Amino acid sequence: MSLTTEIKTDVVILFAGDSGDGIQLTGSQFTTTAALYGNDISTFPNFPAEIRAPQGTIAGVSGFQLHFGSIEIFTAGDACDVLVVMNAAALKANMKQLKAGGIIIANTDGFDPKNLKLAKYPDGINPLKDGSLEKFKVYEIDITKITRTALADSGLGTKEMDRSKNMFVLGYIYWMYNRSLDKSIEFLKEQFKKRPELIDANIKVLKAGFNYGDTVEAPMHRFEVKPAPVSKGTYRSIMGNQALALGLIAAAEKSGLPLFYGTYPITPASDILHELSKHKNFGVKTFQAEDEIAAITSAIGASFGGSLGITASSGPGIALKGEAIGLALMLELPLVIVNVQRGGPSTGLPTKTEQADLLQALYGRNGESPVPVIAAYNPSDCFYGAFEACRLALEFMTPVFLLTDGYIANGAEPWKFPSAADLPELKVSFAKNNLKEGEAFLPYKRNEKLARPWAIPGTKGLEHRIGGIEKENETGNISYDPDNHELMVKLRQEKVDNIANYIPLQVIDNGKEKGKLLVLGWGSTYGSIKTAIKEAIEEGYDVSHAHVKYLNPFPKNLGDILKSFDKVLIPEINNGQLIKVIRDKFFVDAKGLNKIQGMPFTSQELKNKIVEMLK
Amino acid sequence: METAEIKLTPKDFVTDQEVRWCPGCGDYSILKQVQTVMPELGIPREQIVFVSGIGCSSRFPYYMETFGMHSIHGRATAIASGLKATRPDLSVWIVTGDGDALSIGGNHLIHLLRRNFNVNVLMFNNEIYGLTKGQYSPTSPVGKVAKSTPVGSVDHPFNPLALCLGADSTFVARSMDRDPIHLREILKRANGHKGTSMVEIYQNCNVFNDGAFEVFTEKGTKKLNTLMVENGKPLVFGENADKGIKLDGFKPTVVNLSDVSANDLWIHDEKDQVKANILVRFFDIPSNEHALPRPFGVFYQEERFCYEDELNAQITEAIESKGKGNLDDLIKGKNTWTI
Repeated sequence: MSLTTEIKTDVVILFAGDSGDGIQLTGSQFTTTAALYGNDISTFPNFPAEIRAPQGTIAGVSGFQLHFGSIEIFTAGDACDVLVVMNAAALKANMKQLKAGGIIIANTDGFDPKNLKLAKYPDGINPLKDGSLEKFKVYEIDITKITRTALADSGLGTKEMDRSKNMFVLGYIYWMYNRSLDKSIEFLKEQFKKRPELIDANIKVLKAGFNYGDTVEAPMHRFEVKPAPVSKGTYRSIMGNQALALGLIAAAEKSGLPLFYGTYPITPASDILHELSKHKNFGVKTFQAEDEIAAITSAIGASFGGSLGITASSGPGIALKGEAIGLALMLELPLVIVNVQRGGPSTGLPTKTEQADLLQALYGRNGESPVPVIAAYNPSDCFYGAFEACRLALEFMTPVFLLTDGYIANGAEPWKFPSAADLPELKVSFAKNNLKEGEAFLPYKRNEKLARPWAIPGTKGLEHRIGGIEKENETGNISYDPDNHELMVKLRQEKVDNIANYIPLQVIDNGKEKGKLLVLGWGSTYGSIKTAIKEAIEEGYDVSHAHVKYLNPFPKNLGDILKSFDKVLIPEINNGQLIKVIRDKFFVDAKGLNKIQGMPFTSQELKNKIVEMLK
Repeated sequence: METAEIKLTPKDFVTDQEVRWCPGCGDYSILKQVQTVMPELGIPREQIVFVSGIGCSSRFPYYMETFGMHSIHGRATAIASGLKATRPDLSVWIVTGDGDALSIGGNHLIHLLRRNFNVNVLMFNNEIYGLTKGQYSPTSPVGKVAKSTPVGSVDHPFNPLALCLGADSTFVARSMDRDPIHLREILKRANGHKGTSMVEIYQNCNVFNDGAFEVFTEKGTKKLNTLMVENGKPLVFGENADKGIKLDGFKPTVVNLSDVSANDLWIHDEKDQVKANILVRFFDIPSNEHALPRPFGVFYQEERFCYEDELNAQITEAIESKGKGNLDDLIKGKNTWTI
């Protein structure tokens, strides 16, 4: 056998198979092991909308892409070096993603006539046999057969044996990149605590996969990907939705308020609910409401009572919450509304990513209804985004939008997590009864930040009524007075605009403060832009990158930054939304780069545009 | 918590806001009865919250010197759910109407009832949309001629209390604006019930649907057409309390007391869900031949766990078994590595 070991700076692996093949588990296991080894890493799962789409079909293909390296990694990778396919449909669905010269690891059992037919290959055509893959290195392994052979004495049925196929793949990939099996063995022991026979079976197949690489008599490649020079510290792996949930709990702890989370299940936001519901010992109350409207209005009720009220959804659910967001804005109660964006409009692409709800967040309500909007830019930033959204809501007595999307919600990365002591305290003081004899309580009298007092039920002497009808300045009584209405509209706007004085200034993420081209991004495009800019700068292009986290109000210096560049490029996973706002507010002739395919930008796409604009 | 040592009076529950319902509206009476009953409940004002949706009735919180929220159409029930889940110490009153509770807010109402939050729902039913100036409502009878139905509505109406029992409501009662003594009694019973107390109040809209319930509320016809139920008492009604209801299998029939022994009459039992289901189905149009009288009173009451109690118990249990959450441990998770 001929064996070569090649050193690589970074590698992209895409695992693909039926949604029941355990693809996500395989991917997340390799992720954990690579992260523990010290690689920088970024992952992106890609699953079908159906829970168990028909087996063997393209619609049923589930994928998990992971990018790891000895260099800094910012995205899950443009194209993959290794494509693992459990069946013909998985190959057909992902061929485009593979680099020329890349490796295909194919489970030959998944290329039998039945599977080929399900994947809609023409009669008699098998891509493994017809020479169409000659640009690639193809390793054909009958994973099903080897797995069944390895488990022949296990006493398990065929169906159960076949469930361990993913462990063979994992073991083989561990061999390919020379990684230890320990962490996954530990995981299996924990996972199947109650079924010891499955622990043995899965470990056996995992080892079979690893040993296959050592023993098979065929030319095989092994690769070495050294640890990355990431900054010293203690890390964990984190997914966006999980980070978001932890950020909310952190804000509750730091403000001393009980957390109330009203929500209705929706992809891709539901994992926030799942995570929060595990942490009841932090006093977290999760409420699975009857619909999206009850989800937000129950949170408003909780905020009225003195809790930290949170609701989350994705675009369609946010549309249903619109009227209640307006109510929260009129009541001037703290509330955080999370939108884990997905492809729209309507039901759209539930499991795919998009940034097309920015205008909805900024403007999608009746009347003059300003709401602060912030956006997280990568999985770990969802933690800080959630914390910051809570801070703004509490400090300014306002509903606040936090935008994330399916890409960062489900993506994972190593996170050098903060200690609780590093997080700022969120000071909250409920209104107290300091009224003099005969003095009336004024529920809409504002402080220096234009925030009104939070007088919660149970506070003697501060009984008052609030509502969605226009209210008289200071007293909060119903008022239809024309001048008062104009005053109140302006005051609510001023309150939100004024937040610009209490948020950090915009920074240039990479590149010079002035120059030829500024790439202005927001949200989950961060990693792709960062990678593209890094390469472009290394190649001598005069380009800079700024990533906006505060979308309403913008940081005070954003206009100056925009005007320091000859050209501005705004890439978005939508049909051009931030660009409308930027053009409107700053009269800047920005150009857009828009992709609306339910997928993130590749850094190559961005780099091509940068080069084109600098020609 | 401080208890109400100083004896409050109805006046203490009146706000400085001018009441703006139409003169002659049934809402005035309901407001007065609520303000009258409040001091008797022994709850400090600051512990009371009135939450409403949209509609004429939903202006109610502005007139109650307690905490209050006038929210958006149909959502008072959902807002109250969040409030009660997080503040079980509060006395929460939801004020709603037939349109607010049964049409735009129908979904929240049934879910509130099944979860059985310990709150009180006062549903003012006037069988019309008043605030939008006179369209038919989900409780208007078939054929209702209104602004939006010039030749009569073709909607079959809800039987609100049958709907509530269908949603496993633990307290179901009916009263009317024109019977202050009865209404006050029902309000007190509602307050005393632990769980969601559903009170339907027949309320006259003298502008858009005047006299919708007059056959039940006016002296000349009231006794013949209404049945005031009391726990443990036989179902008796009529001009001279001379008629009764007898159950013939599951079929209620009107009998003359002179013809049957009192022992054979239906004896009201608030705990009997099967009979309560029959009772709320006394829903005939009064002018129909053999129409059963319309019942008023507490029809059904059961003890069942309240959502907020179980929710809080889960939290207490989690803290007892896992210890109070430590933020550093949470952020750190189970797998870390150091570089």
